[in-house]
Amino acid sequence: MEPRTTKARVVPGLIAALVALIAAATIISAQTATPQTPIKIGFMVPLSGGNAQNGRDILNGFLMYLDEIGYRAGGRKIELIVEDDEAIPAVGLTKARKLIERDEVHVMAGALLSSTGYALAPYITSMKIPMVYPVVSADDLTQRRRSEWIVRTGWSGSQPNHAFGEYAYRTLGIHSVVTIALDYAFGWESVGGFERTFLAQGGQIRKKIWVPISVHDFAPYLAQIPRDVDAVYALLLGRSALQFMRQYQEFGLKSRVRLIGGGTTTDEHVLPFMGDEALGTVTALHYSAALDTPANKTFAETYRTRYKKIPSYYSESMYTGGKWLIAAINAIDGRVEDRQALADALRRVKPEGLPRGPVEMDQYGNPIENVYIRRVERVNGQLQNTVIDTFPRVSQFWTFDPARYLSEPLYAR
Amino acid sequence: MTYLVVQSLNGLFSAALLFLIASGLTLAFGVMRIVNIAHGSFYMLGVYVAYTVAARTSSLLAGTLLAVLVVAAVGFLMQRLFLRRFAAQPLAQMMMTMGFALFFRDAALMIWGGDPFTLTTPRWLAGSMEAGAVVFPWYRLFVILVAGLVGAGLWIINDRTLIGARVRATVDDPEIAAAMGINVERLSGGVFAVGAALAAFGGVMGGPIVGGYAGMDFDLLPLAFVVVIIGGMGSLKGALIGAIVVGMIDNFGKALVPELSYFTLFAPMVLMLALKPTGLYGRA
Amino acid sequence: MAERSAARAWRKPVIALLAAFLVLSPPFLSAYWVGLLTQVVILGILAMSLDLLIGYTGLPSLGHAGFFGVAAYGVGVLSTTYHAGVWTSIAGGFLVGTLLAALFGLIVSHVRDVYFLMITMALGMVLWGLSFRWIPVTGGDNGISGIPRLEGLIGLPASGPVPFYYVTLFVFAVSALLMTLLVRSPFGLTLRGIREHEPRMRSLGFNTWLHGYLSYVCSGAFASVAGIMWAYYNGFVSPTYLDLTASSELFLMVTLGGPATLVGPVIGAGAIVILKNVMSAYTARWLLILGIVYIVTILWAPQGLWNLGQRKRA
Repeated sequence: MEPRTTKARVVPGLIAALVALIAAATIISAQTATPQTPIKIGFMVPLSGGNAQNGRDILNGFLMYLDEIGYRAGGRKIELIVEDDEAIPAVGLTKARKLIERDEVHVMAGALLSSTGYALAPYITSMKIPMVYPVVSADDLTQRRRSEWIVRTGWSGSQPNHAFGEYAYRTLGIHSVVTIALDYAFGWESVGGFERTFLAQGGQIRKKIWVPISVHDFAPYLAQIPRDVDAVYALLLGRSALQFMRQYQEFGLKSRVRLIGGGTTTDEHVLPFMGDEALGTVTALHYSAALDTPANKTFAETYRTRYKKIPSYYSESMYTGGKWLIAAINAIDGRVEDRQALADALRRVKPEGLPRGPVEMDQYGNPIENVYIRRVERVNGQLQNTVIDTFPRVSQFWTFDPARYLSEPLYAR
Repeated sequence: MTYLVVQSLNGLFSAALLFLIASGLTLAFGVMRIVNIAHGSFYMLGVYVAYTVAARTSSLLAGTLLAVLVVAAVGFLMQRLFLRRFAAQPLAQMMMTMGFALFFRDAALMIWGGDPFTLTTPRWLAGSMEAGAVVFPWYRLFVILVAGLVGAGLWIINDRTLIGARVRATVDDPEIAAAMGINVERLSGGVFAVGAALAAFGGVMGGPIVGGYAGMDFDLLPLAFVVVIIGGMGSLKGALIGAIVVGMIDNFGKALVPELSYFTLFAPMVLMLALKPTGLYGRA
Repeated sequence: MAERSAARAWRKPVIALLAAFLVLSPPFLSAYWVGLLTQVVILGILAMSLDLLIGYTGLPSLGHAGFFGVAAYGVGVLSTTYHAGVWTSIAGGFLVGTLLAALFGLIVSHVRDVYFLMITMALGMVLWGLSFRWIPVTGGDNGISGIPRLEGLIGLPASGPVPFYYVTLFVFAVSALLMTLLVRSPFGLTLRGIREHEPRMRSLGFNTWLHGYLSYVCSGAFASVAGIMWAYYNGFVSPTYLDLTASSELFLMVTLGGPATLVGPVIGAGAIVILKNVMSAYTARWLLILGIVYIVTILWAPQGLWNLGQRKRA
């Protein structure tokens, strides 16, 4: 056993000093909330399978915006972590767990399908992390089943259709309608919204045709449409919209019965692939790529140059969603570790210069925004959704009192 | 009356497409006992290739030809290089086709992207026939005609030619057929390729109406299976009759009882399997 | 006989290692990994249940996720719409899944091979259609969410994923034990006989229809157990639990892992869950890679991974 030398006394002292220094540094750095570490955003959409293209559009809109701001907000760098939810809710939940618990993101965004939106909501709420839904349009997510942690920057399915029901009766002079819509919640809620205001005006819905989402041949359904009705209201999306348009003309209905519909039926994710059969179709949505405002023109041009296609409402959804999120982050000076503050900011901010026009968040987490009535026209050789009318400041409750609206049941089949 | 006529015609149209898809599937099973999960993929690849070629050359005919040839080649290679190794293990073969189905699905997404599209109807077939109150698209009538011709052609080959006899012999008993000098391996590859080509042709035929979209492979596959089950595995006649039965039931079912739209296809299949599993014209 | 033992001598130590890992590692793993392991364990139960059918009885079912989903719906409906207690919900889910297997078994048990495959696929699709259309009960495509957490209901701390994991592991162990006893019993041996040569078994006097039927029902029962756990794990139920994709993936887990071993399918489940989740973090092309992995694995190990080294069966 060595006698205790000077070294033996100095070393423990040095170690103690080092430990104290490290402790001090840790405490100090915790107080300053480490402004140099990046803000982590967890993002999730389908990137494989049947919905991959729509998911990719949403992502592209977001990427475009993040590029514009140089991946910086609130004085910090932004790190985006993207996951594929395969359009399967269980996978979405797994990926959400990964992003939140393993990657430790500060805020979440994404989801495409309503089923994913519903499945994630309880988890997001229990983890107390803010999430932005740019597209999920299930009505109830900002109504009876709302969460203080989830904010929608997109729309609710019935929102534009409330306005459209009135417009169809009053302005288009349509008094009787047959609806044909995809047989799931999105279809029921869109038709439900349209029906409510249309009937209130005095209109009549002669028949409601529901098609399974796996449909690809509309013939059996088109044969059920009486030729003497004023218009057909069609709610479809993706390839079913494309197929419907083609077949609606095929069976001679286009020239006989006027076609109107929900916005997704002629949205730009399918419009470029349609032909003359789509001309004249009038639909309602909170966006159109042909919207003639400086903000949208810039957005559409940049998107077109970058991705070689015109932006769909999916593309615009997370561009605006991105702007919204970043505005909230900036509003709290980048201190995203304070999740409550970020969640509150998401409801408070009112960013300007959004492609779709002015938007403000209602107290249920749904945007109050313009609803555009569009008609498909061919301009410069290309099909577009020309905006022919605007309903400003439309909320998810239309003109109804929210409390009364919520006491009534959700739109169903 | 109008209703009846239109629905019947459409039932025949559905049958036409179903026959084109199912004939390949039933041949593959009859000759090689392969349950080809990638069969929907052949249908999908057919319409995708046709789309690309037609866009470049503005010729739907060129598109159709190339689609059929390319997919036939893919099918041939798939059978000769991969499936043939497991000739005696139907389960392993089926699993391998499953792997291929996933591969094709994502490869298609990678190459063509996920946007949906429809093929342009040839101008000389555009518009609809109007006989009184009955309106029916010319193109659909054309598809019925073409499928009928294909069916007739297949029947002639099957019944009246040497190749057809060889195929029938192999379906009956592969071992004896081989003992008789038939090159079962080469025949199998050929039959598989023809089956793939038929599916691809079906895809192109359906192109102007169904079009192409991500996920169509798995959408169409159950339909093909339903037809083959009802008609009987390995029987072309079964594929034809099965297609007509399924097409009619599906169309009338969806029109009359739309509540049960999801079930109109599978109910007859379950019924057939419960009562006569080998189908109308199949053999054990 | 000795050569077979030698070829498979690596199995016991691997099983021991995996078991040790499953039992001991979770307290040290991140929440994310515990979550993945929970999924592996639950899907392992499901895969084992299908192995009873595919591996031991020789009945390839392509609709097996149906019972998994139906039991999950049972739990979902009872615990949310009817606010039933946890044991009622579990019992209800188990009953509805098993009774459905008993019902479907009557329709499917007289066919074999590819016809069995087709009819189970069709029935699976019928169930999917039902879950989509029977909106008042199933909620349609939105599914049912808001299933309460299991831990609280059975008196466990709800801190993190670890307690739930151990509950799942316990259920897994019991199920694995029961299934092992089943396949080693005279009943199980009869099933294997039927798989190998059914006419011979019939001529020996065995009621092969009944054996097939009972195998189907047992298989459905264990699949229901997995479905119950899955409902509580996710907290919601969706039609995607029982669609064709789900049944196909399950089928692949069993056949890739190695049918007729019970262990193989669990390994298959683990491999696929981990592969999918790890890969998708790095590439959007994970589905393509998965397809290639399947093809390569079948080429190299046609009897499944766990059966490597075993003499090829005719």
